[in-house]
Amino acid sequence: MSEKSVTVRNLTMSFKEVQAVKGISFEVSRGEVFGLVGPDGAGKTTTMRILAAILTPDSGEARILGFNSAADREKIHDRIAYMSQRFGLYQDLTVEENMEFYADMYGVKRSELKASMDKLLDWSSLAPFRKRPAGKLSGGMKQKLGLACALIHTPELLLLDEPTNGVDPVSRKEFWNLLYKLVDEGLTIIMTTAYLDEAERCHRLVFMDKGKITARGTPQEIVSLIPGGVLKFNSDNPFEESNKIAESTKAVSTVFGSQVHVMGSITEEDIQRSISRPLQITRTKGSVEDAFVYLSETNHA
Amino acid sequence: MTNRLKFMLKKELLQTLRDPRMRIVILIMPVFQTLIFGYAVTTDVKKVDTAVVDLANTTETRTITDQFISSGIFIPAYKASYDEAWYSMDQGEIQAMILFNRQGQMQFVTDGSRGLSAGVTAGYAAAILTRNQHPPITVEARAWYNPLLESRNFYVPGVIAMMVMVVTLILSSMAVVREVEIGTMEQIMVTPMKRWEFIVGKLLPFGAIGMVNVLVVTAVAVFWFNIPLQGSLPLLMLGSVLYLMNTLGAGLLISTVSRTQQQAMLSAFFVIFPASLLSGFAFPIANMPKVIRFFTIFNPMRYMMTILRDIFLKGNGLDILWPNYLAMLLLGTALLTTATLRFKKTG
Repeated sequence: MSEKSVTVRNLTMSFKEVQAVKGISFEVSRGEVFGLVGPDGAGKTTTMRILAAILTPDSGEARILGFNSAADREKIHDRIAYMSQRFGLYQDLTVEENMEFYADMYGVKRSELKASMDKLLDWSSLAPFRKRPAGKLSGGMKQKLGLACALIHTPELLLLDEPTNGVDPVSRKEFWNLLYKLVDEGLTIIMTTAYLDEAERCHRLVFMDKGKITARGTPQEIVSLIPGGVLKFNSDNPFEESNKIAESTKAVSTVFGSQVHVMGSITEEDIQRSISRPLQITRTKGSVEDAFVYLSETNHA
Repeated sequence: MTNRLKFMLKKELLQTLRDPRMRIVILIMPVFQTLIFGYAVTTDVKKVDTAVVDLANTTETRTITDQFISSGIFIPAYKASYDEAWYSMDQGEIQAMILFNRQGQMQFVTDGSRGLSAGVTAGYAAAILTRNQHPPITVEARAWYNPLLESRNFYVPGVIAMMVMVVTLILSSMAVVREVEIGTMEQIMVTPMKRWEFIVGKLLPFGAIGMVNVLVVTAVAVFWFNIPLQGSLPLLMLGSVLYLMNTLGAGLLISTVSRTQQQAMLSAFFVIFPASLLSGFAFPIANMPKVIRFFTIFNPMRYMMTILRDIFLKGNGLDILWPNYLAMLLLGTALLTTATLRFKKTG
């Protein structure tokens, strides 16, 4: 077996008129947490569905754990877990019954089922709710149950499509702690996300926009793509002042709370010139989120 | 049977039986429907309020009126003029009129807005008049298979076909769409489960529910309404199995073209109404225009209706009924094949 868990070469996929994925390539190593990041409509979900061997790409190739995604569907399905945006749980079945059902679908042996179920219930702290119908769980617990169901057959690769969409911040943090435990055990994870703080938690990322990969690397490498870093200042009218800067200079300007972040070939003096009040400008390396804004703005221009 | 299929079936049964509404659909609804059709839906005419206007008032006319009254069906209400009689028919107080003009010529009028019963009433009137001709013409009509011409005997077996279609078509059409809606479909797609396992796992439980319905309605028909089951029960069951191939196939087909459960439900009704109307359940196919009669060839309910009535009332066997079984087998295979091909496990 190769040490690459997933290899994608020149993948394209169209739906009727729309070309959702326009020739992307990337590799994911074993034991890596790999993020597909990008705005809605970037082609992330389509890519995930190809990796999950549900969609057959128009051209290009995706090798999943050494198998071709179009030809070896069943072998791939035996070895991976895929959790779609809304993991399908049977609301009227209990926590245990849902797990049993997915275990049965994957052909997990009854003798092994109890042990792995106990382990997953314990791991996800769902054990006290074994007999509760899935429909009566909170959003975060449903998410964890979804993950537990997806992992019931001990897969080698976990595909997560916006797993924390609509989950509260506390549950999201818990969810990530669970994911890290899995990675420690050797699982490879590929996930899509629109939350940039989550992107920062990945080992490596690719940015997708309009079906293409616009940047790739570790979070640090991505951040370093902002030339000269980020200039920040506090403002009472952040949106107004941000617009002013964007209009009078060629810089990319964006608002975070009451802070204005300015990126691009621009100096403190340039900013001070467009805003007619004394500013306290600080320069930082910036975050993945800054990089994301910068990259998508400069790409569109 | 593969293990996966077994577990799929187990899950479906668990889900179905846990839903209280589902239990009602399976057990209470068929009984309720049968009772409605057994008691309320009847085309027999037992009582006809009749206006009598006798302007001649001779012995002869009075005799004829008396003959009508003594039949026990016609309840007389004497009116002074034609206008008065017409008025009460407009009001809906009477359903028929016996009118004699001054020359003693008789006119019998029924309320045509009441459709079927108007015809039946006119038939009774004709029978009374014929019987009392001098010399009398003896007409002895005998209805075979249903000597008392009880409409109950005619309708209740038909309810089986209706019930089974309503229940299984709606359930199966919604079943697959529901999995898509709640997102479990996407999840099942990434399991190693095979397409046929999914389809069979989905449809078999509804088939079982359909068979339970057949047995429940048959039991009510035989033990409650004393409708004779002249033919063989196994043959009836065989017919039901073939019929279920059709309703489940159609349901799955609807499922593959619908995006939401509501769409599926509406499409199911869109199928159920024409299928029932063109099945001969209430309106004889023989009386339909040629074009419509052609369409009934593709209506599985038509064949089931024939099989049910023939087995219940005539006691016919396969020697006579085989074309109906064959038609359902062919239609059912076509429906299931089309639906399965349309149903792609891969998005």
